Amino acid sequence: MAAGSVFASVPRAPPVAVFQLTADFREDRDPRKVNLGVGAYRTDEGQPWVLPVVKKVEQKIANDTSLNHEYLPILGLPEFRANASRIALGEDSCAIKENRVGGVQCLGGTGALRIGAEFLRRWYNGNNNTTTPVYISSPSWENHNSVFVNAGFKDIRAYRYWDAAKRGLDLEGLLEDMESAPEFSIFILHACAHNPTGTDPTLEQWKQIAAVMKRRFLFPFFDSAYQGFASGCLDRDAWAVRYFVSEGFELFCAQSFSKNFGLYNERVGNLSVVGKDTDNVQRVLSQMEKIVRTIWSNPPSQGARIVATTLTCPQLFAEWKDNVKTMADRVLLMRSELRARLQALGTPGTWNHITEQIGMFSFTGLNPKQVEYMIKEKHIYLMASGRINMCGLTTKNLDYVASSIHEAVTKFQ
Amino acid sequence: MALLQPARRLLSAAAQRHLCLAPVAARASSWWSHVEMGPPDPILGVTEAFKRDTNAKKMNLGVGAYRDDNGKPFVLNSVRKAEAQIAAKKMDKEYLPIAGLAEFNKASAELALGDTNEVIKSGRYVTVQTISGTGSLRVGASFLQRFFKYSRDVYLPKPSWGNHTPIFRDAGMQLQAYRYYDPKTCGFDFAGALDDISKIPEQSVILFHACAHNPTGVDPRPEQWKELAAVVKKRNLFAFFDMAYQGFASGDINRDSWAVRHFIEQGINVVLSQSYAKNMGLYGERVGAFSVICKDVDEAKRVESQLKILIRPMYSNPPIKGARIASTILTSPDLRKEWLEEVKGMADRIIDMRNQLVANLKKEGSSHNWQHITDQIGMFCYTGLKPEQVEQLTKEFSIYMTKDGRISVAGVTSGNVGYLAHAIHQVSK
Repeated sequence: MAAGSVFASVPRAPPVAVFQLTADFREDRDPRKVNLGVGAYRTDEGQPWVLPVVKKVEQKIANDTSLNHEYLPILGLPEFRANASRIALGEDSCAIKENRVGGVQCLGGTGALRIGAEFLRRWYNGNNNTTTPVYISSPSWENHNSVFVNAGFKDIRAYRYWDAAKRGLDLEGLLEDMESAPEFSIFILHACAHNPTGTDPTLEQWKQIAAVMKRRFLFPFFDSAYQGFASGCLDRDAWAVRYFVSEGFELFCAQSFSKNFGLYNERVGNLSVVGKDTDNVQRVLSQMEKIVRTIWSNPPSQGARIVATTLTCPQLFAEWKDNVKTMADRVLLMRSELRARLQALGTPGTWNHITEQIGMFSFTGLNPKQVEYMIKEKHIYLMASGRINMCGLTTKNLDYVASSIHEAVTKFQ
Repeated sequence: MALLQPARRLLSAAAQRHLCLAPVAARASSWWSHVEMGPPDPILGVTEAFKRDTNAKKMNLGVGAYRDDNGKPFVLNSVRKAEAQIAAKKMDKEYLPIAGLAEFNKASAELALGDTNEVIKSGRYVTVQTISGTGSLRVGASFLQRFFKYSRDVYLPKPSWGNHTPIFRDAGMQLQAYRYYDPKTCGFDFAGALDDISKIPEQSVILFHACAHNPTGVDPRPEQWKELAAVVKKRNLFAFFDMAYQGFASGDINRDSWAVRHFIEQGINVVLSQSYAKNMGLYGERVGAFSVICKDVDEAKRVESQLKILIRPMYSNPPIKGARIASTILTSPDLRKEWLEEVKGMADRIIDMRNQLVANLKKEGSSHNWQHITDQIGMFCYTGLKPEQVEQLTKEFSIYMTKDGRISVAGVTSGNVGYLAHAIHQVSK
């Protein structure tokens, strides 16, 4: 081989911000340090939490000598797919009753988004139409953009979402952007617990959104990473998806079981496909198989087995819902405690958004200078956007975080 | 240009609202009306037909997974032990890094190259955990598509694993072929391969099966690998190794990775896909790795950063279970020793079945030369049977295989090898 390398010109890529934050946190020696960065649940002791029901089910699986490590089908474990879709769409879903729902087991929510995006690029709005506009909320999870770009879409746009001034949903801007979007555009909608803002449309606002999307023939692609985790109630967190289904939409819903089952590293996700009828869904699934086959061939079995076992056993299912509520409740408690402290301190600004927002994340409204202060001076790690992970708060660090925010806000404007 | 769905526009608002009770006409209009049914998978079709067959003597020789002498899936003891050890540690389920489990990556590279390899010692490589072999190939193909600016062409041996072509194609590369299998000898077309490879445009990508070629079972001999390496070097070709059967082919992990190591020794910086589906029986756990041999550590770091950028929008980070098992086995002396024995056991059973099949064919009185069955290596065997003969095997004897005459030797047992030999003799005498 020649002295020069074929990869001589490969540039060093910047690290993914959220992981860099955690890396910096790890290096920090300050005993007061707090990690409000990466989105994983933590207990009040600041520890990861393997759900008790998951421990139980894993033991069951380990003791089952009839199980082996054989390949799953390309589309995944059938019991997982059916039950995962059922969780999203509801027991009484008419779409399920009419047999026009399909599921594709994927590697986490990311995998579900990618398979859905690859399919849409190949088959939606023509054949291999890379010019169909894809709308992503401003802001959104930063990987949304990458997923759709890598799936081949050339026209990724932002739709207005977060109103920084009023610290809430910019519904007017959102609806305007939908009205002016080209017909057949794809819209990525956060099913609940919007990441990173924690701000969801109300039920009435969802109805307005759905009405515009229907009239303009816009395609709803839901990202559901926090079902159950947001409000503590599975049905409530799935309301928007189910409403769209009842309104007759064909849609995709990328589901993640990373957070609500705490199965982060098992990579458990499901892409639910709702179509007009069985025949359409079957053909869609057959093409999804082709896409899956060249990316990962077939999905990993462990996580799907855990979820399927849990969802199909009434006792375990009840236990799981309870575990989920435990997590949701702790987050809700931290929200109210943080808000109460900020209000008690008289921290400038309004802080009701802390409790009005929902899910793991909160867009605090802190600006870059204030964030820098938090990280550098107070050793409290949060995203440059001002996003904090509520799970990083504990009864032990609430006071320190609240007073630090107070300092940051009063020192810098 | 947006392709409209005109029928949709004609739907009345009322029909759109009440689609649960809507008339059929309204429901017929779907975004997916033009989506064709995907062609049925040829190998899956074989298994489906096998399942439907009620003949007690039926054999499924399409299966691409190892079976023991009772025809059952085999969970390795070393895997069971590793699983128990891991379970006892009660670890959490936090996300792995994008590149996967570091201990696994290191152990995987060392398994492939040998831990005293200069590449390992110098650190001039990067290994990322991938979703088994397929995931590794796809990450590799995508990396080449983005950063290998010299050519879009990937040369595959003829024939190759069926999924190679769509993987590289979906990643944006173009497929070409070089001669490999000689149907006249049921062996390696060495002259043809050398001839074709010497004419490949410089700086094209060429893919090699490191051992146990799928689907033919035909591997080059070491002297032949040496000549192949020389030509690759001379033509400045980019070598992509697919190693899905290390240990599983000959029973010896070093022997099976000889070609990869030889190329590197000759100064060829290869990329390598590894799978642990077969050699550790970890099929559904999806354990694999992708490695890039680089010029130096700095290049390795740059390449790694870009591999992560590719992986993140595919599936964010890999599943842990299989990688932990593999890593535990590879890094625990006792488990590693046991694993090496077990993988040899699997390889030996396959070799034994090959020997028995040939012996039984002789006993049946077949006058054909079946030496290729024992010359070939690994899970698969290109019998040389024609499609009509394959069809007859299926219809008359309920023996299922792919039309190209490929059998999975893993599906053969001491209990059915006699029957298989008899049937093959009947259709070929």
